[in-house]
Amino acid sequence: MLLDKSWWKYLLGIWMTAVILGAFLYAPPAKGLGETARIIFFHVPTAWLATLAFLISAIGSLQYLRTQQKKYDIWAYSAAQIGLIFAILATVTGSIWAKKIWQSYWNWDPRETSIFILLLIYAAYFALRSAIDVEEQKAKLSAVYSIIAFVTVPFFIFIIPRVYESLHPDPLINPEGEIKMDGRMLQVFINSLLSFTLLFFWMLQLKIKTLLIQQHIEQTHHR
Amino acid sequence: MKKLSLIHSAYIVFLKDLHVEFRSRYAVNAIFLFAITTLTAISFSMGPIRLRSEILAPLLWIILFFSSMSGLAHIFVREEEQQTADTLRLLTSPNVVFLGKWFFNMVLLFSLEILIVPVFLAMMGAVVGSPGPFIVVIFIGSLGLASVATLIAAIISQASAKGALFAVLAFPISLPVLISGIHGTQLSMNGGTFSEGMPDLQVLFSFSIVILTLSLLLFEFIWRK
Repeated sequence: MLLDKSWWKYLLGIWMTAVILGAFLYAPPAKGLGETARIIFFHVPTAWLATLAFLISAIGSLQYLRTQQKKYDIWAYSAAQIGLIFAILATVTGSIWAKKIWQSYWNWDPRETSIFILLLIYAAYFALRSAIDVEEQKAKLSAVYSIIAFVTVPFFIFIIPRVYESLHPDPLINPEGEIKMDGRMLQVFINSLLSFTLLFFWMLQLKIKTLLIQQHIEQTHHR
Repeated sequence: MKKLSLIHSAYIVFLKDLHVEFRSRYAVNAIFLFAITTLTAISFSMGPIRLRSEILAPLLWIILFFSSMSGLAHIFVREEEQQTADTLRLLTSPNVVFLGKWFFNMVLLFSLEILIVPVFLAMMGAVVGSPGPFIVVIFIGSLGLASVATLIAAIISQASAKGALFAVLAFPISLPVLISGIHGTQLSMNGGTFSEGMPDLQVLFSFSIVILTLSLLLFEFIWRK
């Protein structure tokens, strides 16, 4: 059974279990933030995947406009759907942590603002798709919208820190270019990031496969 | 027949839209009445209270944003509803159509601002510390707003539930304009100079250019069936 090509899925299950156990039992609490810092092992991967999914969706959209092949629209749509799940998870985990540390679930910190804009863009993307009936039009217009949204993102990176002040702990790659993490924390963190990314690609693959099968059934049904 | 230049053809599309608009006055009525209604609602609810620029600047941009949302989509929606879009598709190139309609929306938004901004300042009893930067921020900000609105209008004109969808789609894209516009307006109301407001102006200007370039690249995909 393990020689079957889905062996990595079993491995992923074991790997993620180890990451969860490691996050609570192996990694030491962080200096200053204490036990609450453990959320980093789940919060940062979800935020990273929300961004990665957005990127994949934009690339899929661009490819769709270039080639007009239906499969790229399915790529873009699937990545956006899974990205939305991770964006919601990142928002919720971040918000819970903010309540503990800053005594407020929401206070328009730059990072909260950015993830909120990402959620708005995803929501608008799905609202647009649901409002168009013709398949080609739906694919084409949502691809255009996805690209417009993607191009505005660099502006936010420049504007938001200028207007709002941040209390958010430094990201892993901070301006000083040093990693302020304990060795054991870093081990768990990197493992978490990698295993979550693998999980994401598995989910994406499943979603794309489901949509392709669905499309195939519809085509044969219409004949 | 003489071949017309891009700008000249776009100007003809603009003139055509101006004529059609003054037959029904739909967009003009929508955008002006919406702005005046919102302004009155704010002024009524505030009564004699004098607001600070931290509140006045966002209020002004909220009025401008939602007024644009009520009127600027009409330029493309009308073409689809009256089934004149196909004729336009046959007659001229996508870029000509986009530029003509973009110019029309700009003129509409600027004429709204010429009326509504002085009335807003008078009704709210606001004092503008440095009028020069104030006017420039509003001007370049609405350039960005009109560009985003025209591009999104072209998208939603081909979808159902147009009215609700327009604001939902345009809001995340126009946020850079809103954030920088509010910041710049507030600075200039407090007497900030051009050099203090320069980062905001740079963002507003570069954003408008980026959206306009992107529109000219992508509009063909939206317009052609």
